[in-house]
Amino acid sequence: MRPANAISLADLEQPPRDTKKTLFYVLIYGIAFAILAWSWQGAEIRPLALIKDAGNMAEFGADFFPPNFHEWRYYLDEIIVTIHIAIWGTILAVIAAVPLGLLAAANIAPWWVHQPVRRLLDSFRAINEMVFAMLFVVSVGLGPFAGVMALFIHTTGTLAKLFSEAVEAIDPQPVEGIRATGANQLEEIAYGVIPQVMPLWISYTLYRFEANVRSASVVGMVGAGGIGVVLWEVIRGFQFSKTCAVLLMLIVTVSVVDLISARIRKLFI
Amino acid sequence: MIPAIAIDRLSKTFGTSAPALDKVCLSIQPGEMVALIGASGSGKSTLLRHIAGLIPGDSESGSITVCGMHVQSAGRIERQIRKVRRNIGFVFQQFNLVGRLSVMTNVLAGKLSEIPLWRSLPRVFTRNERSEALKALARVGMAERAHQRASTLSGGQQQRAAIARALVQGAKVICADEPIASLDPESARRVMEALSLINREDGTTVVVSLHQVGFALRYCGRVVALHLGRVVYDGPAEDLTTERLRGIYGSDSDLDFGDAEPNVAAPAIKRPMAGFQPAMAGAMG
Repeated sequence: MRPANAISLADLEQPPRDTKKTLFYVLIYGIAFAILAWSWQGAEIRPLALIKDAGNMAEFGADFFPPNFHEWRYYLDEIIVTIHIAIWGTILAVIAAVPLGLLAAANIAPWWVHQPVRRLLDSFRAINEMVFAMLFVVSVGLGPFAGVMALFIHTTGTLAKLFSEAVEAIDPQPVEGIRATGANQLEEIAYGVIPQVMPLWISYTLYRFEANVRSASVVGMVGAGGIGVVLWEVIRGFQFSKTCAVLLMLIVTVSVVDLISARIRKLFI
Repeated sequence: MIPAIAIDRLSKTFGTSAPALDKVCLSIQPGEMVALIGASGSGKSTLLRHIAGLIPGDSESGSITVCGMHVQSAGRIERQIRKVRRNIGFVFQQFNLVGRLSVMTNVLAGKLSEIPLWRSLPRVFTRNERSEALKALARVGMAERAHQRASTLSGGQQQRAAIARALVQGAKVICADEPIASLDPESARRVMEALSLINREDGTTVVVSLHQVGFALRYCGRVVALHLGRVVYDGPAEDLTTERLRGIYGSDSDLDFGDAEPNVAAPAIKRPMAGFQPAMAGAMG
């Protein structure tokens, strides 16, 4: 039953229609659709090709099965190398991201420090790890080390940014408590800031490690070591049953890494 | 004798508003326990934060010294402020402990100004330092909580841990900024007991800002009242009459005596609390 003092929707007076607002929304939607249409052309999207070439794709798909696990030991070794690349790429990035993340935080460093540091980190992030991998293949030679360096630089960019955002979100009161004891600035950070951001930092690091396992499998394609090298070889050689085997093993690996890091993350939060 | 705290014409204006502190002059002798009272916004917290050098005063201000050392003068905080802060323990309304660190580590943080960086950063403390921290915790009745995370403590326990931090620091002056404002009456009483104990046993100077007049009268020999950033009363607690309190808080306000000692606080206003803390009598001018 309706209580006596309840107000029904009809009782409420409708506000008058605001034509300016309506026009504004029409304009916004118009712009959004224009951008979508423009990019449709640029990206040469042809959904009909999916239907027209369905036979091709079915044939192509059929080549993948059954997967050829004949050389699984070789693939496994390379997957392990891939994980090694991801581990070192992440560890080096964490070591660099701790000081850089603190220097990029507006509540720790003055603007003439945090602004340049942030721009530096932007440039680390703006360039994809594939590009860094190609550059490092040229400078340090083919092999996993080029992959480690590529992941290291790119991950430093993302981790330091995430770290600094965590630092900017801390509660300033405990830091003031430490400051009031006569501690210096480094001690304020070690006692007041780091303990507060630690759970987030660990969480971000594990996320980046998962992402780096995926990235490490791709940087191999430009010759930076690991399973990517194998993947590139079998795709280029049209050996699709082998490609299928490698992809399946990659999927399992990435899932296992995700599961393990999720467990570790739970320990720290 | 060098005063524990000497403040000369301290003014502070935030933005373009009316001054938060207006030419405050105050001298506090070693061993005094002083209550700072006044309505919200009267400048109690601001004054305490200036004493610890956490904020600078206006440029036309005089100087602040603690135990003879300059904290700030003419609106500039001393370069060597960290050395001065070593003598000043600060107890905050919101405790300001680091929640994810153990109570022990929080208390040991009081030693930071004395130990070298290579030991402080990796949190390496000597056996002596640890036992000193434990003793400090025992004095405030918190020894059995030493290895818990600070965030697992109740408000009153956190505040007592914060007092233990000031003890380990070896502070000669403790500034407590509304230390009991967010506590229940029983916790508040225990925190005030802890401050009063340190004051009596160690001769530590304590300046405590309080919202509840009852607690001020019960624990402090001397009361300084602020109104709109000015000192409007400075004298023995027993001379604070209800009339004077009405003047400080405004005539229509309900005086908050807290639950310090409900049966004592109310009559204490009418009847002077003679001999309440005889040791303090000599120090009051």
